[in-house]
Amino acid sequence: MCGLCGIIGGEAHWTDRAGNAGAIGNADLTRRRERQQRVSLVNRVLAPSRLKISDWNNAFILRGPTGKQAMVDVLAHVWQPAEQLAGRPLDPLDPALLVALENGE
Amino acid sequence: MSELPDVRTPVHVLTGFLGSGKTTLLKALLADPALSETAVVINEFGEIALDHLLVREVSEGAVVLRNGCVCCSIRTDLQETLRDLQAKRAEGAVPPFARVILETTGLADPLPIVATLLADPVLRHQFRLGTVVASVDAVNGLSQLDTQPESVKQAAIADRLVLTKTDLLSDRAGPERLDALRWRLAQINATAPILQAVQGAGISHEIFGADLSHAEGRRQEVDHWLAAESRLRSDESPVHRHAHDHDGTVRSFSLRFTEPMDWTVFGVWLTMLLHRHGDRILRVKGLLNIAGADAPVVIHGVQQIVHAPVHLDAWPDSCTDSRLVFIVDGLDPALIERSLRAFLRLGQQPAANAA
Repeated sequence: MCGLCGIIGGEAHWTDRAGNAGAIGNADLTRRRERQQRVSLVNRVLAPSRLKISDWNNAFILRGPTGKQAMVDVLAHVWQPAEQLAGRPLDPLDPALLVALENGE
Repeated sequence: MSELPDVRTPVHVLTGFLGSGKTTLLKALLADPALSETAVVINEFGEIALDHLLVREVSEGAVVLRNGCVCCSIRTDLQETLRDLQAKRAEGAVPPFARVILETTGLADPLPIVATLLADPVLRHQFRLGTVVASVDAVNGLSQLDTQPESVKQAAIADRLVLTKTDLLSDRAGPERLDALRWRLAQINATAPILQAVQGAGISHEIFGADLSHAEGRRQEVDHWLAAESRLRSDESPVHRHAHDHDGTVRSFSLRFTEPMDWTVFGVWLTMLLHRHGDRILRVKGLLNIAGADAPVVIHGVQQIVHAPVHLDAWPDSCTDSRLVFIVDGLDPALIERSLRAFLRLGQQPAANAA
C-alpha cells in the first residue's frame, strides 16, 4: 500500500531529489546519473539473491534467476517484488547479507 | 537555501491509552482560547461535556465552540470525516481552520490510520501529518508503562509527551515520582519534549506550535534531537546500557558520522530497512551532512512514513557530523549501525560490473 512506503509531501518519492529544486547532494549531478548510481547500488544489494534490476523506459524491470520478471515503478518500491522473486525476506540487518557486502561480493 | 513552506493543513495526532489523561488533555485544549482556527476530530461527543463551550451546531456531528474551534465526531470513517471537513471549510460552512487535531482511540496504532488518509488523493493535497502527541498520566504512568506494552510504544512514537493530572500528585513523594516518570519516558523516547498540562493554562502552542514545516520551528525541533543525541552518546556506559532493558525491547539510540554521507546510498538503505522493519523502527530523526550540499538535511520518519526531507538554513553550531536518533522496538542498534556503514562503504566503491 503506497501510503505506507513514505510518500508524504508531493508526488516525488522522498529519496528522489536529484535535479529538482531543493536538490539534495550534488546539485550538478543529473537525474540520469543519480538514477544510474541508485540502480547500481541496489544491484549490489540484490546480487547475493541473484536478482538484478535494470532501467526500462521510465521504470525498471526486476529479473530473477529463473527468468521471472517484475515491473517496478519507483526504485524505492523494489523491495516487495524483490522479496517475492527471491522467495524470502530481504533484510539489510541480515548478517549474511552484511558479510557479503562487506567482503565486496 | 530556503525551503518553500509546506502550506498544507497539519493533522496532529493525539494518542494516549485508556487512563492516560487523554480526555483531560482534550478538554483543556478545547477550552483553550489560544486554540482557535482548529478542527478537532474526536471519537464521540459523549466523551466530553461540550455544552458549556458550544456556540452553534453546524450539522449533525460538527459543532463550533466558543474559542472558534470546530469540533466533530467521526461518523462513518476518518477519511469521510476529513473530506467532509474539507468541503465545509471550502464552502465557508465552518471557520477556516489552520490545523486538525485527531484524537485516536486508546490502543490503536495511529500511524496506519494517518497513512491511509494521506494516501487518499483528495486529502493528500490538503493535509499533511503534523505532531504526534501522547498523554501520560502523572499519577499512574509508571505502572501503566509496566503493565501495558502498547503504552510504551505510544510513548516511543510521540513527538511530544504531555503529563496530565500532575496536580493530583499532592503527597510528599510526588516530585520524586514525577522525576522517575520523566526519566523513564526519556529512556524510551530520547527526543520528545516532556510537557506538563497544568489545569487552566494553555499549552496548545507548546504542543502544536512549532514543527518542521516552518524554518523557526524546524530549528527548535532539530535542537531537541541534537541534544538527545548528545545525551544518548554520553549514556552509552555499561551501567546505563542495563537500564535500557527496563522497557523490554523499546529503546532510543544514536548514530554519528563524521564523513559526509552519500544521499543515494542513505535513501536506498533506509527504504530497504523501513520496508523490512518499518513497524519496529518507531522513529528516525536526524540531521545529515550530505556530500555536495552546504546545508544540513533534516530526516524525520515515523515507522514507514518518511517526511519529505528539508534543509536547515545553516548548521546549528560548528559540528557538521551527521547525527541520527533511532527509537526501535526489538532491533539491535549495533546491527543497524553495521548495516548503514556497510552500505555507505559500498557506495564508495566503484561497481565491479556496470549496472
